[in-house]
Amino acid sequence: MSATTAIVTPGKVRRARGGMTKKRALDWVLLVGVILGALIIMVPFYLILVNAFKSPIDYATSGPFAIPSAIDLSGIEKFWVRVNFPQKVWNSIFISGVVAVLAVLISVLNAFAIGIGRVRGRTWIVLLFLLANLLPQEALLYPLYYMFKSVHLYDNVWSVIIVFTVVQAAFGTYLLSSVYGTFPKEVLEAASLDGATRWQILWRVVFPISRPTLSVLLIFFFIWTWNEFLIPLTFLASNDNQTVPVAISVLQGDRLMDVTTTAGSALLGIIPTLIFFLIFQRTLTRGITAGAVK
Amino acid sequence: MTRADSGATRADRGASRAERGARTKLPPEEPAIPQGKGRGTAGYWLYLLPGFVLLLVIIVIPLIFNVYLTFTKWRGVRTPEFIGLDNWQKIFTDEHFWTSFVNSIWMVLAMVVVPTIVGLIVAALLFDVIGRKFGGKVGSFLRATYYLPQILPIAVAGIVIGWIFRPGATGAMNQLLGLVGIPPVDWLGQMPSALLVLMAVLVWVQIGYPIVVFMAALQRVDPELYEAAELDGANWFQRFGAITLSIIRPEVFVVTLTCTIAALKVFGPVYVITQGGPAGATLVPAYYAYQEFFTRRDIGYGATIATVLTVLVVIVSIIFIRVQSSLERKERAGL
Repeated sequence: MSATTAIVTPGKVRRARGGMTKKRALDWVLLVGVILGALIIMVPFYLILVNAFKSPIDYATSGPFAIPSAIDLSGIEKFWVRVNFPQKVWNSIFISGVVAVLAVLISVLNAFAIGIGRVRGRTWIVLLFLLANLLPQEALLYPLYYMFKSVHLYDNVWSVIIVFTVVQAAFGTYLLSSVYGTFPKEVLEAASLDGATRWQILWRVVFPISRPTLSVLLIFFFIWTWNEFLIPLTFLASNDNQTVPVAISVLQGDRLMDVTTTAGSALLGIIPTLIFFLIFQRTLTRGITAGAVK
Repeated sequence: MTRADSGATRADRGASRAERGARTKLPPEEPAIPQGKGRGTAGYWLYLLPGFVLLLVIIVIPLIFNVYLTFTKWRGVRTPEFIGLDNWQKIFTDEHFWTSFVNSIWMVLAMVVVPTIVGLIVAALLFDVIGRKFGGKVGSFLRATYYLPQILPIAVAGIVIGWIFRPGATGAMNQLLGLVGIPPVDWLGQMPSALLVLMAVLVWVQIGYPIVVFMAALQRVDPELYEAAELDGANWFQRFGAITLSIIRPEVFVVTLTCTIAALKVFGPVYVITQGGPAGATLVPAYYAYQEFFTRRDIGYGATIATVLTVLVVIVSIIFIRVQSSLERKERAGL
C-alpha cells in the first residue's frame, strides 16, 4: 500500500531544516564515529582493490595493507583466463536478464488478477506466493535436481532460469498485488467506458502507469538472481554454464591459487555489482523501501 | 470446507479493513474494473494460470516430493525405499542436527539482533544528526557506503573474508595483529573464532539493509515533532525512544522478519568460509542438508533436515505476522 507512495514520492519530506549551522562538539564526535564505522565497512573493499594489482612477491614483502609498489595484472589475468571470465559474465547476464523480464511479466499477470480483478480468496493466494518466496531452497533442491535430470535440463541455464523466475515472481506478486490494490479506480472505469477489454486495460493502462514500480522490480530481480548461489552451484555443473559467483567459489577450492589471484577474482566479482550499484543507487534505495513497507 | 470458507471471508474482511486504512474507497469484493455482462471475477483466473502452473511445478510438487522423501532411504539412484519414520527418529537424537540448530541462533544474533540495533542507531544518527547538521549529501553518501556489502554476491564476500582471516602470517588479520605483537591465529581452524568470524561477516553484509530501510522510514517523521520535543526539553535519547522508535516500528518488524528468515536459511557464507568446520562446529541446517544430499548421498535424511528447516521458517513467519497484525489492531483501537 505505502509502496506506491514510496515509489512515487521518493524523499519528498527530506528537507534541511534550518539547523545546519548549529553544530555542537558532540555532533562532530558523532560524525567521526559514523565515518569510522563506514571505513571499517570499506576495509575489505580496500584490501581487494590494493591486492588485486600486486604481484605475489610484492604481497609477500609489503603485506596486505600496503599500496602496490608497481601495478601487476597477473593475478587478475590468471583468474580471467582460468575461468574464462567473459563467458561467466555472459551466463550471469543472460540468466539474470531473462529471469528479471519473465518474473516481472508473471508478477504483473498475477497482480492484475489479485489486485485489480480481486479474485476470491486472494489473501490466501498472496500468502501462497509469499510462502514460495520464503521457503528454504533446500526443501526443493533434491526434487528439482531429480526433475531436471529426468527432463534433461540439468546443467542447463534454463533450469536455473525457470526456478528463479518462479521464486522472484512470487515476491513480485506479493508486492505488486498491494500496489495494484490501490490503483486509481477512475482511470480503470474511464478505460472500461471507452470499450477497452481487460487485456487492453492491463497493457495500455495499468502496465504503463506502473512502469516505475516495475522497473524497480526488474532491477531487483536482476541483482538478486545475479547473487544467487545454492541453486546455480547445484544445477550448473559444467564450466561453460556457471555464473560469476559460482565460478569464483569453485576456483577457491583450488589450493594452488595464490593470494593475489584470490584478490583478482574478488575484484572481478565485485566490478559488475559495483556498476549496478553506481547506476541504480537511487532505484535500489527506493526499491528496498517499497519492499519493506509492503 | 465450511471452516476454510469462514477463514477466507475473515481474511478478506481483514484485507478490506487494511484497504480502508489506506484510504481507498474500493468495494472489497468487486473487481476494480466495472464488470461487463456479468462475467464477474472468474475471467481473472486466466491471468493467474501461468503463475499457478509454474508455482505448482517448481514449488508445490517438489515440496511434496521432498516431504515424501523424508520417509525413505534413497541414494539418488533407483527407487526410494520406504522406511517409515526412521529419518525422523534419527533427527531428534542427531547431535550434528542440534549443533546446526543452535548455530542458527548465533546466525540470528549476527544477522538480526546486531544489525537491527546497530542499524537503528546509525540510521538515527545519519538522519537526525548528520543529515540535519552536515547536510543530506553527507548522510546519503555514508548510507551508500554502509549498504555496499549488501549487493555483493555472498560467495564473493565470503571469499574475501576467508582470505582476510587466512591462517599463518599471510592473512591480513594476522598481519595486522602482528604489528602489535600478537602471534598469528588459525581463525577458521578452531572454535570459537571460526564461528565469530562467520558472524562478523554476516554483520558486515547485513548492516546496510536496516540502515537504508530505517532511514527511508525516518523520512515519514514530521521534523516539527522533534522540534516540539526539543523545546519541551527532551534529550536525544528521549526523542529517539518516544518519536523515532514508535513511528518506524513497522519497518523494524519487516527488517527483523526478513532477516530472521534469511538467518535460518543461511548457506553461502558457511559453504564458502568454513564448510561447516572445524569438525562440524559451524554447521547450519541448510549446509547440513546440502551435505547429506550431495556428499553423503543420504537424500532421505537431507530432505528431513530441509523439511524441519522449512517448518521452522513457516512458524517464524506466522508468529511475526500474527504479532504484527495484533499490534496494528491495538494501535488502531487506541486511536
